[in-house]
Parts: sequence; structure tokens; C-alpha cells
Amino acid sequence: MSYIPSDTLAERAARGELQAVGRLISRAEAGVPEVRPTLAAIYRRTGAAHVIGITGVAGSGKSTLVAGLALRLRQAGDKVGIVAIDPSSPYSGGSILGDRIRMSELAADPGIFIRSMATRGALGGMARATLEAVDILDLAGFDAIIIETVGVGQDEVEIARASHTTIVVSAPGLGDGIQAIKAGTLEIADIHVVSKCDRSDADRTLMDLKQMLMLGHAAAASTDWQVPVIGVSAYSGEGIDALVTAITRHRAVALRSAAGQTRRLAIADFRLRKTAENLLAERFAAVAAEGAPPLARRLADRDADPYTLARELVANLLAWESKHE
Amino acid sequence: MTETGPIRMLLAKVGLDGHDRGVKVVARALRDAGMDVIYSGLHRTPEEVVTAAVQEDVDVLGVSLLSGTQLTVFPRIFALLGQYGAGDMIVVAGGVMPDEDVAAIKAMGVRAVLLQDTPPETIVTTLRRLVAERGAR
Repeated sequence: MSYIPSDTLAERAARGELQAVGRLISRAEAGVPEVRPTLAAIYRRTGAAHVIGITGVAGSGKSTLVAGLALRLRQAGDKVGIVAIDPSSPYSGGSILGDRIRMSELAADPGIFIRSMATRGALGGMARATLEAVDILDLAGFDAIIIETVGVGQDEVEIARASHTTIVVSAPGLGDGIQAIKAGTLEIADIHVVSKCDRSDADRTLMDLKQMLMLGHAAAASTDWQVPVIGVSAYSGEGIDALVTAITRHRAVALRSAAGQTRRLAIADFRLRKTAENLLAERFAAVAAEGAPPLARRLADRDADPYTLARELVANLLAWESKHE
Repeated sequence: MTETGPIRMLLAKVGLDGHDRGVKVVARALRDAGMDVIYSGLHRTPEEVVTAAVQEDVDVLGVSLLSGTQLTVFPRIFALLGQYGAGDMIVVAGGVMPDEDVAAIKAMGVRAVLLQDTPPETIVTTLRRLVAERGAR
């Protein structure tokens, strides 16, 4: 089968053809040079979708929550895109992307587009092409786009710089109440969700969270938005409606408030820096592949110190830039 | 993914077939060979499997069958792939089935049938070969 140009795929994706959406995301993920100008053109046509970020520790119930939320948004008439991120194995580079299993009730609805993505060594909870996938889904007319971060640690806060509404999921019974939200993840949430709230120890987690937030409110001056804490049970369906209402309200507040405008600028700023960072990392890798070994030899021989040699390597990068620009 | 990224694969279980230890072993082996593996979970319909394969834009759709329904499942899968304009997707089968069914589903377009005794390395090399033969997409 012949290679279809990315621009052609973009036109098909804009008409809602799912195969074209899927293929464009693959090309963005692979970093195919031919797709670059297409992605550039796509970005300028985006901005209509509401991007919802969902994060939380592994096993907190993110995928299950995403499934419940997507279903409810879909029932309300939205087309829903989902980018679900799982870790790549640091050993083989491969991955098992299992988020889809928890979303099986969404599986045959063409109005819900689920894409699984492996981190491939990217830090911060998202994959390198996550935001490009969001752009492509936006182009294809998906109204709400949910990013589900990889389920790890306590400082995956980049999601708040990529989404219009950030939801942090905590589960009862994981450590002492607030273990999961020590640093960063407490503050990034626009909405806190306590999952599995049919469990008897969920009240404790809800209370802990509310208390932590109250302490914060004494210091923070934001009056536009009070961060809600919502108990959700995928088992009974409790809380999903309240969550959808909170998301809708948060979107409305963000669209008219000064804080919302600041947020949109911060999102653009993050995107710019992240893209530049990736570009630098790519070029540095190319330069280092050639330039690092001889310098490493000198370092091993104690011929010079790490700092001096590192500066030399960086100078190589700058020379490479001026030669190629 | 084609030139630069790992091979993407959807492993699917279709219909009334509750046995997925084999497919999980295969998933693990493919992951360890550096592939991105998406597992569908049990009891999926052909519609669900094909929708997932198209959205995920996998290089290979692998269907594991231990229920003897291959002669109804694969025609449906190929028809749906055609409707989506995803005729370039590589489809392989695994599980247990009679020799005459192997020949029949190969004639429908299944590119490889990797039955229960296939060593994991053979699965890995077969998938790599099929994706390499297809080229960039």
C-alpha cells in the first residue's frame, strides 16, 4: 500500500476519519520528518477542545475513572478523546499498555477515541508526542480530550501545565491518608477525586484531603475557584455527575477569569519550553554521539575535569547549530 | 510505528473464550523484545477489536482464539478493517485450530498463524519480518 502524505491524512482527520487520526498520531510519535509541517499547520487550527488531565499514583483508579467520565461526557453529547499513558520498560524499551482493558465499555463507540502511549523514557508523566496527539484529536473535532498520565510517584506535575482542568485521583488505603499528595500533586489539582469511595476507609481520605486544602487556602488568595474534593465510586456510579458538574464549572470560570487567561499563557509557555527542550536533547544526542567519546577518554585519563570537558561538549553543540541553521 | 519507533501490537481475545494465560505470556515476551503491546482484555467483539486496532494504529493485530470460531471471526475482522480504510494492517492468529482452518484463514488474509507450541522467539522474529516487509506507512 502506498504512503499517504500527512497533509492528506490531516484533511481526512478533520472530517473525522478515525484511521487517519490514528495514523497521524503514529507518525507524530515516530517523529517522521514528513509529518512536521502538517503538525505545524494542525496546531494553528486547534484550541477548541477542553483538555482534562487526570493523574494519581498507580492503582488509584485513574483508568476506571476515565472510563466513567468519558461515558458520562459522551452521553451529554460530547465527542471524547483519551490519551492514556503507560510506562515503557527501562530494560527492553517495550511496554504493555493496559489502560484500555478498564475502558472496555467504551470500546466500540466511534465517538470515543482511545489512544495508548508508552513513555519511552520521557519523564513527568506524559510521553513526548502526547500533546501532538491532543492537537490531532482537537482537529478531528473531539470536544473533550482526557490525558491520563502514567501512574507513578509524587512529582508528576507537568500535566497541570498541559491541561485546562487537572484532576488528581487519590485512593483510600494507600499509606497514611495523604501519602500520595505530599508535594506538588496537592497544589496542581483543580479538582480532587477520592476513588473507590464505596470503601469504608474512604471518608478518612476525603477528610484528610479537605483539611490539607483548608490549610492551603489560608495562604492562597484565589477566590475564583475553590478546589472541590469529590468522592467517586465506579462500582456504584456515585460522584460521577458531581465530577462532570465540577469540570463544567471549572471550564466556565477559567474562560472568563483572569486566572484562566494566565493559565492559558502558562500552558503555551510550557509547550514552547518543552518542545525546545526536546529539540535540544535530540541535537545534543547527535552531537554527543560523535563528540563525547574522545572527551570521555581524556576524563578517564584525568587529563581534564568534568566541568571543563562538558563545556567543550556544549561548545560543540553550539558550533553544530551555527553550521546547520 | 515504522522506521523509528517500536512495533505496536494489539493482542485481542474475541468472543466466548475465557483463557488468556497464553496471550499474557506472549504479551510479556513481545514487551521484552521491545514492542508496545496493547492487550484488549477478554470477551471482545470483532467490532471492538477492530475499532481499537484502528484507533491505536497498530502495526499488527493479533487475535488469539481457543474457541473454534476462527471461520466466523476473521471474515468479520477483515470486512471491518476494510470499512475503516485500514486494509494495510497486518493480521496474525494464535491459539488452537485444525490445519484446514489454518489454510482457510490464511486464504482470507491472515499473514501468520502461530499456534500453541510456537516458541516466543519465533513469534518475535515473524512479527519483525512482517513489519519490515510492509515498509513505511
